[in-house]
Amino acid sequence: MNPVIQTHQLSRRFGEILALDGLELEVAAGEVFGFLGHNGAGKTTTVRLLNGVLEPTSGQAVVLGLSPARDGSALRRRTGVLTETPAVDERLSARENLEIYARLYGLGPAQARARAAQLLEQFGLAGRADERVGGYSKGMKQRLALARVLLHEPELIFLDEPTSGLDPVAAREVHELIRGLQAAGRTVFLTTHNLAEAQLLCHRVAVLERGRLRAIGTPEELAGRLGGVRLVLEVTPATLPAALSLLPKAERRENGSLSVPGVRREEVPALVSRLAAGGVGLYRVSLEEPSLEDVYFALHAEEAP
Amino acid sequence: MNRDALFAVLRKDLLAVTRSRGVMIPIVLVPVVMLVLLPLLVTFAPQLGNLPGNTLSELQTFLERAPAALKASVAGYSPAQQVAVLALVYFFAPLYLILPLMVSSVIAADSFAGEKERKTLEALLYTPTSDRELFLAKALSPWLAAVLIGLLGFAVYSVVGNLVAWNLLGRLLFPNWLWAALALWLGPAVAALSLGVTVLVSARVNTFQEAMQLGGVIVLPVVALVIGQATGVMYVSTGLVLLMGLVVWALNALVLTLAFRLFRRDNLASRL
Repeated sequence: MNPVIQTHQLSRRFGEILALDGLELEVAAGEVFGFLGHNGAGKTTTVRLLNGVLEPTSGQAVVLGLSPARDGSALRRRTGVLTETPAVDERLSARENLEIYARLYGLGPAQARARAAQLLEQFGLAGRADERVGGYSKGMKQRLALARVLLHEPELIFLDEPTSGLDPVAAREVHELIRGLQAAGRTVFLTTHNLAEAQLLCHRVAVLERGRLRAIGTPEELAGRLGGVRLVLEVTPATLPAALSLLPKAERRENGSLSVPGVRREEVPALVSRLAAGGVGLYRVSLEEPSLEDVYFALHAEEAP
Repeated sequence: MNRDALFAVLRKDLLAVTRSRGVMIPIVLVPVVMLVLLPLLVTFAPQLGNLPGNTLSELQTFLERAPAALKASVAGYSPAQQVAVLALVYFFAPLYLILPLMVSSVIAADSFAGEKERKTLEALLYTPTSDRELFLAKALSPWLAAVLIGLLGFAVYSVVGNLVAWNLLGRLLFPNWLWAALALWLGPAVAALSLGVTVLVSARVNTFQEAMQLGGVIVLPVVALVIGQATGVMYVSTGLVLLMGLVVWALNALVLTLAFRLFRRDNLASRL
């Protein structure tokens, strides 16, 4: 593993609040790394610490071989950050937004103009490039913010909730973009609470809870920790009460089916026989592998007071 | 110092300011009212009718207490002409300071607190600019705009004042040392002080309006100067303006150092 991010006991306190508590993390080059957690879990604080925007209270980080606290300017030249809100200047046009930021990232005037034009084209904004951004839809602002992240072709890209508020088509475009970045050898640090997105895109994920790292691994590894599979049953409406009494761990889904988490494969035939013997009418029996969502909620349930 | 980054931030802030009605209205309206309409009204009002008795006696009292140089500047003129000279050259002098002060304060509030309010500050913090470059760039836009608008205001006021003076006195009143010192020395100093105070305030508040309201206290010394002169407690002179400029520049060193300390990335990001 060739790590581009390494942290050791990285912590940050804001007054009485310990926003990040001893984070130990390694992210490899070329990886799409998911960083999951509830609002206030410490995700944004981590991104700020890793870019030298915040200073740690204790612990260290090394990002792209540099210390964010000491070499912040040099580091930020090589990273790109999409903030949670698009943070584009609504009084300026899309072209002005990109050209000005290109200059801030050290591109020369002609280079800045050319790069801005290229990205406006790539993100489908060329037709309205000279309009003020205030009149853009949320999706267009998000595309512009993403274009801005790529202006200086950063090696390491931090995306904070990149599909938040986007319609499904726009969200899929962002997913394609992330895959494209990964294919081009960039490292992506994806902060999200969209678990399906993390499962779809990330090689590895970390789950943060109240500033502490609760789990880290591939989505499959984390799901494996839960143990077992999820048994999904469709039963006749008349026998539903009987099914629920025989399966106390069962949860009712919106479509009326029953879902039983944490079932070992070898238990399934006996369970089905018991249901049949108990007079439960079965339409369908299927097994689902646990999802990242299951892991996430299981971890959250453990942490909850 | 990365000059490209500095100019990029400067361009961004000035473009944003010129496209905001809330910022541009006071920047355009205040100079027109203060440096064109008000001087015309005050100097021409006595011409429209005879000066009332109490105005004449107040003028007499004011002149009796005034320093010799001021008395000499209006010697030999009629009361109406004296009113015009006193108003144009002396009474409006402290009022002029409101212009650089207000422009600097409005733009700084928009640039510092406004950027926080619009949630665009965070993206700027993730750029490679150092804290010092970012502070300098963001401080330069309000200050440069205030100095330029102050000089433009001075030029317009000189034209208006000279037209009035030529009509009433048959001579020109501007430029003169007092106003040159105001426009070139004290005005820029006051603009920098107003900027520094607004940055200090902006670090603690989250909206443009809050920054404007709290930063507005900086106008109080100027109001005191206007009242002080009108009541004869003090008289504006070239020497006084040069001395005040020196004091304000010294104060700026302190205020801007404090402002820079508050502008550290970590401090800003902690409050986002």
